[in-house]
Amino acid sequence: MAQPMSKRAALKAAKQEAAVERLADVHIPQGAAWANAARDAAKARLVDMGMPARRDEYWKYTRPESLTTPEAEAATVLATGEAPIFDALDRLKIVFVDGVFSQAESDPLEMAGIEIERLESAASKDIHWAKDLYGVLEARGQSPVERPLAALNTALAADGIVIRVTGKAEKPVSLIYRHESEGSDAYLHHCIKLEEGADLTLLENGPAAARFNKVLEVDLADRAAFHHVRAQGRDHERRAATHIFARMGTESVFKSFTLTVNGRLTRNEAVIEMLGDDAVAHIAGAALGHGDFLHDDTVFITHDALNCESRQVFKKVLRSGAVGVFQGKILVKPGAQKTDGYQKSQSLLLDDDAQFLAKPELEIYADDVACSHGSTSGAIDDEALFYLRSRGVPTAEATDLLTLAFVAEAVDEIEDPRLAEEIIGRLEGWLLRRRQG
Amino acid sequence: MLEIKNLHVKLEEEDKVILKGVDLSVEAGSVHAIMGPNGSGKSTLSYVLSGREGYEVTDGTATLEGEDLLDLEPEERAALGLFLAFQYPVEIPGVGNMTFLRTAVNAQRKARGQEELSATDFLKDIRAKAKDLKIDADMLKRPVNVGFSGGEKKRNEILQMAMLEPKMCILDETDSGLDVDAMKLVADGVNALRSEGRSFLVITHYQRLLDHIKPDVVHIMADGRIVKTGGPELALEVENNGYADILAEVA
Repeated sequence: MAQPMSKRAALKAAKQEAAVERLADVHIPQGAAWANAARDAAKARLVDMGMPARRDEYWKYTRPESLTTPEAEAATVLATGEAPIFDALDRLKIVFVDGVFSQAESDPLEMAGIEIERLESAASKDIHWAKDLYGVLEARGQSPVERPLAALNTALAADGIVIRVTGKAEKPVSLIYRHESEGSDAYLHHCIKLEEGADLTLLENGPAAARFNKVLEVDLADRAAFHHVRAQGRDHERRAATHIFARMGTESVFKSFTLTVNGRLTRNEAVIEMLGDDAVAHIAGAALGHGDFLHDDTVFITHDALNCESRQVFKKVLRSGAVGVFQGKILVKPGAQKTDGYQKSQSLLLDDDAQFLAKPELEIYADDVACSHGSTSGAIDDEALFYLRSRGVPTAEATDLLTLAFVAEAVDEIEDPRLAEEIIGRLEGWLLRRRQG
Repeated sequence: MLEIKNLHVKLEEEDKVILKGVDLSVEAGSVHAIMGPNGSGKSTLSYVLSGREGYEVTDGTATLEGEDLLDLEPEERAALGLFLAFQYPVEIPGVGNMTFLRTAVNAQRKARGQEELSATDFLKDIRAKAKDLKIDADMLKRPVNVGFSGGEKKRNEILQMAMLEPKMCILDETDSGLDVDAMKLVADGVNALRSEGRSFLVITHYQRLLDHIKPDVVHIMADGRIVKTGGPELALEVENNGYADILAEVA
């Protein structure tokens, strides 16, 4: 006699069915055998785990529907007339328009200390280093928490950039994501391999598309350093699901900062595996939202080596219906002694109609570790506000100054002062525009 | 300069009356001191004048050069030339001291219809004034009052006063938490700012600050009123005999 399906099995079957359906009519790019195999494997992973659903533990606070539908909802293209962030800096520019590489707007793909190539080109070569990275870190990052949108990306992404860094890159590589078409749905997949002692700064900016699904895989060999600063686009209705997967060797350094202002929905996931001793991983973000805005930082850091340090510093400024989500986890594996892990997630709620949902998690299997978390939610400090006003600073300006001060701790995670200044400039701009209505 | 008439104030939340009819007139260029026992309403007076929330004025008036203070926002009072040196200066993590001062100076200039100070002029001005108060470059760079000692916080208040050049300065227990050397430094800073067009109201519990900042007029405050007014000798009387005698005398 057939057993009636349990509720859990029924939900899983529905998720799997949704995955099959989602993959039914999509175009899977074709390339060399290894690339086709990686994409097929990603398809199989996705079908096995199913599409994300609201009942999933890690999708409780953020509804996945608008990120999983076959068609993206349209998003108006924001015309600001301002110079884009990082414009004044010397960097190697790589431009994608609605998720498609634009040769005309990009610099030639060459720079001392790095090999750089489009994914499309790398994936068509029978022998390529990217074979050992493309979809590999993503697949590793599917356990213990599933990340179906990243598997979808590995299966579908036709474009992106692959970079192998052998020395110290002479200037930052800057990925610029332009959004031109209202209904665009973009999938980009980047792979970065840092050889021993290599050093790269990666910049990203722009809304990319109406809906953007991006995976960034970063493999750091021993003593490699990776600095990452991104500013996600300001288009109000845009949606984005991004993943960073990083694997870290001995004494390697990974630092990532993300600024998010506006956007209807942003889910930024980061999965960092610290496999070599004495590695340092810092991931930080500042998100400012007003109105129809949901920003979700979902971070998973695994300590699997001795004496590693990890920091999560996330600040959110929310008002008029904006929602912030933080799901941060530190997993300390058996034997990962002397781990120093800290996570801080704070929100500044500028009115009563804003919401912050935080779920810090620590899971520790070693006994000689220092791990902690701090999560707070509060309003502007009345004492500080009065102090500023008593010195003649009007309320609105004083509130902005205190708001900037609130996010400063996250911005301080950016090592290069020029990049920090660029970010602060954008923060000030956002606050000023809100103040002026 | 500052005219306070029959000022009655209660706490908004507790329905507790703190000031019960304060009358005070501070002439331009003069230094007045208010002394009094704990709980007499001295600090409340300074907060009400500067516009802190949580107090309700139930009667009376307070004007600065004829302008009604009580209807104005704190920042408007500051732009008119009122300055309160806090008893407990507030720490503001994340805001650099220099940024804070430049924002304040320029906000006041803007409110008065003056042009903003250029970065160079501001720097020149603040460096000179900071030097007089023995405030080093590091203190200017650090976040406002964060990690400052008691003395550093009070010197920072005086630096703000020097930069903002107010007409009416209220010093709320500026001597609290200061050792003798720090008090002298703060007093020197205040004395350097004394001028014909600038008045001071020095609120203090003890006479010792008044050895360094010599007042023209001394008021004794008790139970929400000014109960006695005199010359500097009144402060000495408090020092020698305490408040009990004076309070008994006026009771």
